[in-house]
Parts: sequence; structure tokens; C-alpha cells
Amino acid sequence: MSAASSPVELLIVVIARLLEGCRHVVTGASSPIPGAGALLARELSGGALRVNVLGATRNNSFTNGGVELFDLAAQGRIDAFFLGGGQIDGQANINLVGAGPYPDLEVRWPGSFGSAYLYFLVPRVILFREEHTRRVMVSRVDFISAPGVSPSNVHRPGGPYKMVTGLGVFAFDRARSRFRLESVHPGHSVQDVVDNTGFDFDRSEDPVVTPPPEPEVLRLLRRRVRGEIADAYPRFAASLPS
Amino acid sequence: MPTAPLCELPALAAMIMDGAKLAVPSDNSGVAMAATRELVRRGARGLHLVCVPVSGMQADVMIGAGLLSTIETSAVSLAEFGVAPRFTAALRDKKLRMLESTCPAIHAALQAAQKGVPFTPLRGLIGSDVLTHRPDWKVIDNPFQTDDPIVVLPAIQPDIALFHAPLADRYGNVFIGRWRELLTLAHAARRTVVTVERITDHNLLEDIERSPGVIPALYVSGIAEVERGAWPLRFGAEYPADEPAIENYAAAARTKAGFESWLEAWLAHDSAQALA
Repeated sequence: MSAASSPVELLIVVIARLLEGCRHVVTGASSPIPGAGALLARELSGGALRVNVLGATRNNSFTNGGVELFDLAAQGRIDAFFLGGGQIDGQANINLVGAGPYPDLEVRWPGSFGSAYLYFLVPRVILFREEHTRRVMVSRVDFISAPGVSPSNVHRPGGPYKMVTGLGVFAFDRARSRFRLESVHPGHSVQDVVDNTGFDFDRSEDPVVTPPPEPEVLRLLRRRVRGEIADAYPRFAASLPS
Repeated sequence: MPTAPLCELPALAAMIMDGAKLAVPSDNSGVAMAATRELVRRGARGLHLVCVPVSGMQADVMIGAGLLSTIETSAVSLAEFGVAPRFTAALRDKKLRMLESTCPAIHAALQAAQKGVPFTPLRGLIGSDVLTHRPDWKVIDNPFQTDDPIVVLPAIQPDIALFHAPLADRYGNVFIGRWRELLTLAHAARRTVVTVERITDHNLLEDIERSPGVIPALYVSGIAEVERGAWPLRFGAEYPADEPAIENYAAAARTKAGFESWLEAWLAHDSAQALA
């Protein structure tokens, strides 16, 4: 086993750390890295964390069809979920529909999936997008699949908690509607993050480097989690170091 | 006792009338691909496709083959095989009316139809452009509490639902197991037609362990036995996705000409096994 982690392994470990203390985490469509992160967090929780991976057979306990995820969220039975976006802006608005003035889009993406609902209801929504460029991190999204914040009279127990990208980790302050850079991944600088982000965000003078995976955590990822995530994402699992 | 609705695939496809509101499940819960091919062969037109709550290759093929006038969905994507190329092209060329949705809205609107009520409330959505672009959705004040705006959605009652299931019996009962969105779908739709891997002589409702996962014949208008009927998509624990076949589609369908030649080859084969 190589002692060094790959960039994807680092992201999986970062996500697992953000799920500490959760009781139930669900990962959605096309989310192999969050799925692996959640399954790693389950291994690290000593059995306290329940994980459901949509699209999995073994790691999926739902018996009430596609609606069960949404009913669970509305009842407060899910602590964390993951959303992404073709565009994400500084107010944590996310766009999964397309770039350009809707409906005359220059680029069309698949669609909003469950974001327009789950973003409101799940307490810790972690925004995950590996690509961190000005194409993705924009000043204002072209289409709001789901808004980052809502007026006080809108029922909203949930919302953005953190954002994990290929460059670093951000926290989101819902009261101020702003991101704060918490750590920068090894090999990147704060300047890299600034250069590749189309919105302003808070940051300290002295940036923290995202801690690399602990050797025992990396071992757990390669020995246990890699096999578990193959249930839902066989191609992704095969691409991970063993 | 009414006759069981067992039939051949062409008769099944003929029940899906031009202009129908047709509902289909996502790739996770049994997509009737062989029936989709038969629908293309029949030259169905003007369908309003409701994806429950998303679709992939099935919707993309229907769009490319010109079957749809409207699509109502939360997303269309080939997932790890990339964008849905004919969906993307049709929206760019304004050849398809798109009703943007979000997954729980489709589930909730079907549940409203299941209950026979005209609309249903749903949390979330306020401040989303999905709502902005759905004039048929409204925001009302919660009548039981002050200052609590909530979205209401009209019920979706499909004319017909189409999916693939593992097993049916000679009496018209269909086993769906854990995929209970198919039960909701059958309850909500006026008619339901199904392809199945196998047909058994044993009455599924007499099996106490299976019966909670059964759609009773009451809801089922047509059943055709089609082995590997979801191919090339995966089908639960029965068979995995045929990845080379889906990759081949994803590459071919990038252009209109590529799609046309893919379609010609697909239609030329009589069964999934022939291409498998």
C-alpha cells in the first residue's frame, strides 16, 4: 500500500470528517465520492452512523420507494446530504440546469434532481464539486435550482453547511450568506483558490492545509470502503487505489 | 373472473396511444427498454413523458426517435456515461417542451392522483427557479398557521404507466418487490402495462412473503413476458448494466446521424439477447 493518498482519496476522507456526529447520512444520484465518504464515516463511527447510498442494493435500507428519502428529510430523519452544481455562487445558490439565460441555455445539464427540496430540509447539506474553476464558482448562478438562503418566514430547517472542492474546504455562514475558506488542500495555495473563484469569500491570513488522511483511515478506505462503494459505483471503485 | 392481461409485446405497445401522458421509472427501478423499442417501431407520436422522477437512456432514445412532445422530469442523464445527448440537442433546438421539476414534486403529485385529490402541498421550492418556471405550481398560505407560505402542485394522473418487473402470474398480478414507487405509479395511472422477466402459474397474492410487493391485477392492463426486457440497462439483482452497449449508445447519439444509425441497428434486432 502506498502511504500517500490520491486526490480523490483525500476528498473522501475530508467528507468523512465532516460527517462526524451524524446519525443518518444519505448520498444521492451520481455521488461516488460522497458515497465513499459516508461509508468511511460509518466505519469510523463504530456503528453509530447509518448510511443509505441511493442506487446501492446492500447499502440501502429503503423499503418505501423513491419517495422515502424525501419523506425522511421532511421529518428531520436525515442529518446530512450532498448536492453539487454546474454553477455555485457566493450565496451558495446552486444551478444544476444549465449555463446561460434560461431557457436559451448555452449548455444544458441534466436537471435539478431533488435539490429544490432537500437543500431546504437537511440540516447539513455539503456542497461537493471536484472542479473548482471560475466556470463553476461564479458570481451569480444563471438558474437557481435551489437557493442558498431563504427569507425567515420560509420553512427551512436545512441548508448549506460546508463546501468541499478539489482545492479546499469552505464553511458557509447562513446568517451572513457568505463562504469562509477553512483549509486548502496540499499542493494548492490560497491564491490558487482566489484565482479560481468568481465570488468573494472570507479567509484568514494564515491558511490551514487540509490534513492528509491518517494511515489507519487510508487503510480502512482501501480495505473496507472500496469494496462497499462498488455495490453502487463499480466503475468508480475500480478506479480507486487498492 | 376477468381475463388475465397477458399479451405479446406489439399489443402492449399498441396500448400506449399517441398523445398519451406516459409515466416511466428511473434506471434504478425497472425500465422497459424492449417495450420502448416496440413503441419506436410502432411510430408513437406526441407523448408527454413523465419521468419518475428522472430518466436516462430510455427518455433519450424516445426523444431522438421523435416520440415526445413534452417531457416532465427532474433530470435526464446517462449518469456515469455522461450527458443525455438527444435530450440536450432537442432542448437546444427547441424541439421538446420541458417541464422542469424536482424529484419529490413528481412523487408527491403522483401520490395526489393516487388519493384522487386535485393537488398536494410540498415543502421546499420557494426561491427556486424551478418554481418560477412552473406557472401551474402555486404558493399558498398554510391555512392552519400564519405566515407559512407553502407550494401546492396539481396531481399528475398519467394516462398510462410502463415499466419492467421481475415476475407476474397468470392472473395478472405483478411482483415489484421493494420498488414501491411502481405501486404508487400503478395506483396513480389510469392504466398500467408491464413487461416481466418471467410468468408463473402460482398466484402471487397467495404467497404471504411476496404479496406486500405485488401490484394486484386490478391495476394492470397488459403484461408481456420479455426476458432481459430492461437490457442494456441494469435490472436490480438480476443483471448488471451492459456497459459497452450503453457506452456505444452514448458515443453514437452525440450526433443526429450517429443516433439514426444506432437506432436502425437497434430496431433491426428482435430481442435483447440478439445484441447481448
